[in-house]
Amino acid sequence: MEEYIIRAEQLNKVFPLKKGQTVEALKSLDLTVKQGGLTAIIGPDGAGKTTFMRLVAGLMRPTGGRLTVLGLDSVQGAGEIQTRISYMPQKFGLYEDLTVQENMDLYADLHGVPAQTRPARFDKLLTMMGLERFTGRLAGKLSGGMKQKLGLACTLVRSPELLLLDEPTVGVDPLSRRELWEILKEFVRDENLTVLVNTAYMNEAALCGQVYVLHKGALLAHGTPDDLRAIAAGRCYSCTPPPGEPTRILQAHLIDDTDHVVDAVPKGGDVHFILQEGVASAPYLDAHGIAARPVASDLEDGFMVLLHRAETEILPPVEEGDDVLDKGGRPTDKVSITVRDLVKKFGDFTAVAHTSFEVHEGEVFGLLGPNGAGKTTTFKMLCGLLPATSGFLSVAGVDLHVARTQARANVGYVAQKFSLYGNLTVRDNLEFFAGIYGLPPKRRRERIGQVVREFFLEDRLDMRAGDLPGGYKQRLSMACALMHEPKILFLDEPTSGIDPLTRRNFWRQITSLAAKGTTIIITTHFMEEAEYCDRFMIQDNGRMLAIGAPSEIRRQLGREGADMDDIFMAIVEQARAKGEGPA
Amino acid sequence: MNGFQLFLQQLAVICRKEILAIWKDKATRLIIVVPCVILGFLFGYAANYNLEDAPYALLDQSHSRESADLAAAIEATPFFHRHVTLQNASQIGRYLDDGEVVMAVSIPPDFASRLAKGETAPVQVITDGRNTMIAGQASSYTARIISRYNARRTGRRSPVTVQTRTWFNPNQTTRWFFLPGIIGLLSFAQVFLLSGLSVAREREEGTFEQILVAPVAPQVILIGKAVPPLIVGFIQCTILFLISRLWFQVPFAGSVVTFYVAIFFYVLSSTGLGLTLSSISKNMQQVLVYVIVTMIPMALLSGIITPVSNMPDFLQILTYADPLRFGLELIRRIYLEGLTLGQLAWNFVPLIVIAAVSLSTAGYMFRHNLS
Repeated sequence: MEEYIIRAEQLNKVFPLKKGQTVEALKSLDLTVKQGGLTAIIGPDGAGKTTFMRLVAGLMRPTGGRLTVLGLDSVQGAGEIQTRISYMPQKFGLYEDLTVQENMDLYADLHGVPAQTRPARFDKLLTMMGLERFTGRLAGKLSGGMKQKLGLACTLVRSPELLLLDEPTVGVDPLSRRELWEILKEFVRDENLTVLVNTAYMNEAALCGQVYVLHKGALLAHGTPDDLRAIAAGRCYSCTPPPGEPTRILQAHLIDDTDHVVDAVPKGGDVHFILQEGVASAPYLDAHGIAARPVASDLEDGFMVLLHRAETEILPPVEEGDDVLDKGGRPTDKVSITVRDLVKKFGDFTAVAHTSFEVHEGEVFGLLGPNGAGKTTTFKMLCGLLPATSGFLSVAGVDLHVARTQARANVGYVAQKFSLYGNLTVRDNLEFFAGIYGLPPKRRRERIGQVVREFFLEDRLDMRAGDLPGGYKQRLSMACALMHEPKILFLDEPTSGIDPLTRRNFWRQITSLAAKGTTIIITTHFMEEAEYCDRFMIQDNGRMLAIGAPSEIRRQLGREGADMDDIFMAIVEQARAKGEGPA
Repeated sequence: MNGFQLFLQQLAVICRKEILAIWKDKATRLIIVVPCVILGFLFGYAANYNLEDAPYALLDQSHSRESADLAAAIEATPFFHRHVTLQNASQIGRYLDDGEVVMAVSIPPDFASRLAKGETAPVQVITDGRNTMIAGQASSYTARIISRYNARRTGRRSPVTVQTRTWFNPNQTTRWFFLPGIIGLLSFAQVFLLSGLSVAREREEGTFEQILVAPVAPQVILIGKAVPPLIVGFIQCTILFLISRLWFQVPFAGSVVTFYVAIFFYVLSSTGLGLTLSSISKNMQQVLVYVIVTMIPMALLSGIITPVSNMPDFLQILTYADPLRFGLELIRRIYLEGLTLGQLAWNFVPLIVIAAVSLSTAGYMFRHNLS
């Protein structure tokens, strides 16, 4: 028997683009997976993770190199491979109009699971997934986390020799994510299952035996989580911002100093940063007398060091006067958004239940929660794109859904997915938005020039917006939304699907905007991004679970220094204990 | 910047964007011109109710000089040619059933002897009623041929004669009737679809929300959205007009200005219906279903296939909501009859009402159909 379940040697995959161009999705990849245990592939979007998984499942032919799965060639043996493995794609095909039970029956039929083994298998799966009480519920009515669990249950109706999971937990709440991983580990233990999983979450990769780091189709590194942690060992520090100053200001100062600092993120109320190799300390901290404490490196630190090494096109730091960050505006007492007892129902489904909050001028306010929590619905009501079922809301003094046209000149809006004109050029898009925001011709030219510089769009002005790489698209969306210099900026999931480096750059720009006095409201399913906010609110299943500054919420829960995933789980568990948690 | 300048500026950028979006997409660019040219020629050549060289079957049991003369009279016209000469009556069924001939003419054995005696001699004409249009034309053409044959034979004119003159289309050429109709029908199909997809596409791509959060009045969005379909409608009508006028040489009796004024209101009401459809739909797929479902009834109610006056009363009332009905009538009457705006004023009223109601509905629904 072959020693490896998966063995890729010099594997290549090239996709044709239009006009004779090609894109290399995988470049000479060597990768092996042994029998039993968990193997993770991590990497930013577009790294080639999904491509590799689809090649393993025999759904595509490699362009070059060799790939054997269960000892079979992935092309000739595709049919047999598919009968012996299970594959859960990123968007798993649940039948939303069928019940949990019917979905399971259907997948059991499709995989030819014999009737006598079904009751025991179903019982085990449903109990593990915590779905036994919901067998009669329609799959479409389950929460995001439960849908993923049902997807996994349907994938595991039979015992495969290899399980492939493509980003099984994207946008799922941290609690369900932890539960899913517990289930996976149990299967690995009980059935000696071999699992290959793609993930964007470093704490999940840390649970795996082997980790492969992919970037733009090339393998950057592989090893155990400890091997990868060691890459950044001895260079990781933590420092505490001066009292009363938002964490993001110190973080911005550190990440701007690319000569000395590789990466900096706000974490648990402090700033966690990695020094460049051979550098003893960060001059900014020395100059301001802020102490840096050495801390243990984690998997993400190793990953960020690898990415920085591999990425040649790193954007330069934001150009601005030195004192913008320090002397810039801080949140004021003036209220710019008020929401009282806001409710939104679609038929008998309550998307947003009795939500109240206030956002102050110059604040960065986060709406956090897993997919389906009601963030986008709340957002659309604030922007006047959806009428509220009941409740009061006011944005810059008016309800935008009924206000005069001109009132909307105060807000900028960046939608969840890329929503600009894909077949127009970058320049056409900028001119369109400058025009509809009513900038006079001279001002229009000035502003377009400014945003083009601010968002590094110079080199792609004449490219079709639809053909832009992800990071550019995101910056173009920001440039268009900020064209008229709105007082309030709404950002709906701006960081989903973009790589960690681009995310750092994005938040750096938010820090600048906030320093210049713009009120920013942002939704995200990355819990850790709450650390950049002055205050945030956590939503789940349409209900508001907590609101406050990150430090306040930590104090209330008695978990100083805890990361945001833990905070979220603690809050949900607390809510459940009160008997009002998610069903 | 004052309100009016702002209005003009926003309108200009929306129009520019819409036109760029159409122009930069090669597929859309082709769709605007190619199908319209192809269909224009196709209808010009293919849509023809006139009998031209149609096959018929002759069963001549008389075998006389008289019967041969009659057959020669039929075949001397450009309308018929003899496809087959039958031996007995039982063969007629087969040729008609298979559609090999459009008509069979049966001359009985006593044809010549009856004529000689001065009696009336019946000639049987059997036509294929599966196509009533052809059957009717075949029998009426044959009847006319036979009456001319009678007149020549007896050398005497019947006391009452019918002198038919068909105005506006003296030879009753179907093409003359069809091509002006096609100008309206094809441009409607395109404008309806184009405007129908415009808002739905933006909703699907998320760009409509970007416009809605900008300080733009719904009227500006509405006019901006209506201008490109209007332009496309004008281009298509012009292409079809030129094909009809220059290639098929259908004479144009009216004035070009009148013609384009009619086209404007017609395309405007079509755009209004399309935008209404677009504003109430969630996505492009839904729009396509609506377009497919509504197109055929609208074409039927327009009177291009059968006259509106033949429809039951309740359907006639329904035709008032169909811009095709009044648009096609306007185009055809201006084209063939050369009527002036004053003479056609009443035809504009339904079009203007349809445009006003549908455009206001669309403008209202932009902001109120949100999910």
